[in-house]
Amino acid sequence: MTGPVRRTTRPPALVLVLAALGLAVFVVPLLGLIARVPWSRLPELLAGDVVGDALRLSLLTSIAATVISALIGVPLAWVLARMEFRGKSLVRGLVLLPLVLPPVVGGAALLFALGRRGIVGGPLNDLTGIVLPFSTGGVVLAATFVAMPFLVITVEGALRNLDARFEGAAATLGASRWRVLFRVTLPMILPSLAAGLALTWARALGEFGATITFAGNLQSRTQTLPLAVFVALENDRDTAIALSLLMVVVSLGVLIGLRDRWWRSW
Amino acid sequence: MSFRPLLVTLLAAAVATAGCAGNTSRDVLLVSAAASLTDAFNGIALAFEADHTGVDVQLNFAGSSSLREQVLGGAPADVVATANPDTMAPLVDADLTTSDPLVFARNRMAVAVPSGNLAGVSGLEDLADPTLLIGLCDEAVPCGSLARAILLRAGITAAIDTNEPDVRSLLTKLEADELDAGIVYITDVIATGDGIEGIAIADAINLATDYPIAALRSASDPQAAEEFVDFVLSTRGRDILARHGFELP
Repeated sequence: MTGPVRRTTRPPALVLVLAALGLAVFVVPLLGLIARVPWSRLPELLAGDVVGDALRLSLLTSIAATVISALIGVPLAWVLARMEFRGKSLVRGLVLLPLVLPPVVGGAALLFALGRRGIVGGPLNDLTGIVLPFSTGGVVLAATFVAMPFLVITVEGALRNLDARFEGAAATLGASRWRVLFRVTLPMILPSLAAGLALTWARALGEFGATITFAGNLQSRTQTLPLAVFVALENDRDTAIALSLLMVVVSLGVLIGLRDRWWRSW
Repeated sequence: MSFRPLLVTLLAAAVATAGCAGNTSRDVLLVSAAASLTDAFNGIALAFEADHTGVDVQLNFAGSSSLREQVLGGAPADVVATANPDTMAPLVDADLTTSDPLVFARNRMAVAVPSGNLAGVSGLEDLADPTLLIGLCDEAVPCGSLARAILLRAGITAAIDTNEPDVRSLLTKLEADELDAGIVYITDVIATGDGIEGIAIADAINLATDYPIAALRSASDPQAAEEFVDFVLSTRGRDILARHGFELP
């Protein structure tokens, strides 16, 4: 670990006990899962076509949701960080809402808005014939809805902490606004941007409630890894556990991998 | 390091949990029931509570296979009622029930379409139409396995767009007119009222499922659990079930 040496004081024993209990909340369920893993059958279980389809679909949709979040979430973060306007706190509240809303509520809201009889989905269907529910596009949309807030808050925080004088200096030297954005602003917040993208991707990968409510559940079209776990839990528990282990390994890998960036950006 | 804080914490936690158990075990009867029983069991619970003052029936509805997994996994429940014998059997095998389950109701299937039937669905064979949005229950739950068995008997390969985790979520999407057709229980068509329309499936092809009920050994109040099972099987329980469209064994 680099950085300034911090003075550590030994905390009271009670703090350590409570901290251990806090850690146990996260670790015990994982141990329960690992204890049930049928290790010898693991390769065979993970080789099944349901697993393969779900993994492929999960990677595709979570990456698509992350790209879409970058395209529209970063501008949104920029607006929130740099512009002053009435109702800004309301806008920020709306952006953060999916973080606290039960995903199934988000899924139902998406269905009523973007379903083929929804207020936006109806006209969309009439004009283009596109039906989002029960489609892979619907999975991407559901994942974007729940995951994009992670990117917006991370990038907004970084933009606020950025010293605006760097951008001012670049502008004074004749750089266009786009040039300032791409050559000064974005490079300076790159660590936070990367952390935000990784979190967004991880959240999109784990998305369940909004997906099953809005996009349904069909192998190779809308059945992502979490949905496959849910369905398998009911009739094929060993496969469900194998899939769960796969998700834990992937998610933990991402979170550990971005550890340094995460600490620095917050 | 002193262990006293740890002891104090553990003791406090033990006292707190013991307190909770003591307060709730006498009054609350936890009934886990198949999603298709939602309306009928809400009615039965009200009638039972009226007869048994001091007993608070709490209902937990889910797909039968979820219920099975919950109970096998040790989730608290006093009475379990599932939508077919297959989901109940593992609980009997694991010796979790106090006696052999009793069949208290029977249900058949119907094709369900959103009210208005904009897609013009006329029967089971339309489920093969790939241009329609078709939903079934997942094959893991009884309404899904029954629907598949019926389609197999009819020689129809359904163009499925979604396998819903239980019949209620399938109904929600049919009512919202986001699906064109699905296969649900006849009782659901009755319960949903104006939201959906039912299209009968020919008797020669349709299949029925038996609903078994059992009290669990782990019941916090075994007597209340037995009384609830008896109530479901009683004339009054049967009346309520019949009113919601169930056939009676």
